[in-house]
Amino acid sequence: MSVLNAERIKLLSTRSPWWCALLAVALPVGLTALIASQAQIDPGDNGGSVQVTQMLASLGRAVVMVMAALSVTSEYRFGTIRSTFQAVPHRTTALLAKTVVTAIPAMLIGAVVGFGSWAVFRAINSFPALALDSAEDWRAVAGQIVVYGITAVLALGVGILIRQTAGAVAVLLVYALLVEGLVGLIPKIGDDIQHWLPFFAADRFLGVQAGPPIDDLPLGPWGYLAYFAAVAAVVLTAGILSAQRRDA
Amino acid sequence: MIEATGLTKHYGRTVAVDNLSFTVSEGKVTGFLGPNGAGKSTTMRMILGLDRPTSGDVRIDGQHYRDLHQPLRTVGALLDAKWVHPNRSARAHLRWLAAASKLPRSRVDEVLDLVGLGGVADKNAGGFSLGMSQRLGIAAALLGDPKVLLFDEPVNGLDPEGILWIRKFMHRLAAEGRTVFVSSHLLSEMAQTAQDLVVIGRGKLIHQGTVDEFIAHATESTVLVRSPELEKLGEHLLGAGAGISDDGDALRVSGMDSAAIGELAAAKQITLHELSPQVGSLEQAFIQLTGDSVEYRTAEAAQRAGQEERA
Repeated sequence: MSVLNAERIKLLSTRSPWWCALLAVALPVGLTALIASQAQIDPGDNGGSVQVTQMLASLGRAVVMVMAALSVTSEYRFGTIRSTFQAVPHRTTALLAKTVVTAIPAMLIGAVVGFGSWAVFRAINSFPALALDSAEDWRAVAGQIVVYGITAVLALGVGILIRQTAGAVAVLLVYALLVEGLVGLIPKIGDDIQHWLPFFAADRFLGVQAGPPIDDLPLGPWGYLAYFAAVAAVVLTAGILSAQRRDA
Repeated sequence: MIEATGLTKHYGRTVAVDNLSFTVSEGKVTGFLGPNGAGKSTTMRMILGLDRPTSGDVRIDGQHYRDLHQPLRTVGALLDAKWVHPNRSARAHLRWLAAASKLPRSRVDEVLDLVGLGGVADKNAGGFSLGMSQRLGIAAALLGDPKVLLFDEPVNGLDPEGILWIRKFMHRLAAEGRTVFVSSHLLSEMAQTAQDLVVIGRGKLIHQGTVDEFIAHATESTVLVRSPELEKLGEHLLGAGAGISDDGDALRVSGMDSAAIGELAAAKQITLHELSPQVGSLEQAFIQLTGDSVEYRTAEAAQRAGQEERA
């Protein structure tokens, strides 16, 4: 508990996590409001589905990745990681505490983004179809909580492995925003690879983003969530193992 | 007590610390002396479990750092005063360290007052001068009221007032019965701060003992002799078993005191113009001892050293 408390003080005593959190919420919710207000609604249109309100949640996810990676790369940048390991020489404990303290705010942000996007969309365009009345609807909105949390863990793992802010952020953003989409363009095997990429998996769990119907894919929504979590766990484990072996 | 046995650290093909064994005892300030790049910081990082030794072992009161429970209560260290987040306040920096060791919040204010940073506790550490950063680092080291304290070059870059403050502080800590291990590349500084010395060069142990021993051992006293018949005198001195070296228009004689040299000159009827005993300076002694083990030196210094060897 003392280690968790130390990490909490560390996270909340600089401004950058607050700005990241604000941006992570304002970007997707604000743009969703803009889209909702400009949407061309045909007469008799029922407004699509709840999933439409979550189209921009991946923007907030990108900001959360930056926040999570920064929480550890800035420690390497300023040398405070050595103070951390001096105070808590059991590095696994120190880094797991940091993981918890990074994942919890990410989940809170996910909750605000998920429900916030849905609420502003609905406030602007009130269609019956936007009510949360099925398991799929709830998964799309409340699912952001887990997806944001797991995303933070994955990004933290990458941060521990790479240690440099610029490198870690570049890898994460280029991968999440470009590489996953481009893999599908590879002839023949592209699609098969894409079906096993982590953020593709996260989006299948949420049921958002265009793609093949879930029945044609190797896993169901919950299977994809477990797969996404497993990828994050593997990356985090790799990061912790390398931090144990390396000189601080 | 800190005990290092056969401590070795390789970085790729570079040997930073080479089979280093020493002990640092309680209730004293022990100086850790060596030229820049001798492996002092690496050794300190290994003591703190930050760097893993390639081989060998270092223990604090018989335990590895990694096995200490809430280690800040046992060992306090200031390795680099700039290891703080620039946008975090001094108080917050100490608060998270205190939290990690389950120390009360009141302890943070205590150490802030102790080092004289009470007035700027809520200012961001990034705006601190080097002197203030050093004080913050010392506050962090003292947080857990530890028995063992490590300081890496604490006076580097400080003004005379800051140096004096740190020096007094070290003495006070040692007088309280703590183990204080402080590194420096300045022998004159160590002579005023430390009682014991561990001297290293190129990662190897050169000397361990008291400061006085080191000075006596390392500073060879010589006699400067001037004479119109320098060459003749030199031959007689060599014949009598003394060591000589040219020093411009004079001879520097070692292994023979001024009385014996005077008597020898009188017996051989050689006129002397000067006969003055020289006590080697501390810095000279240090350079003499570590001269071969300086990792980085200027070409000029290397050249001069080469000339001295030939002479």
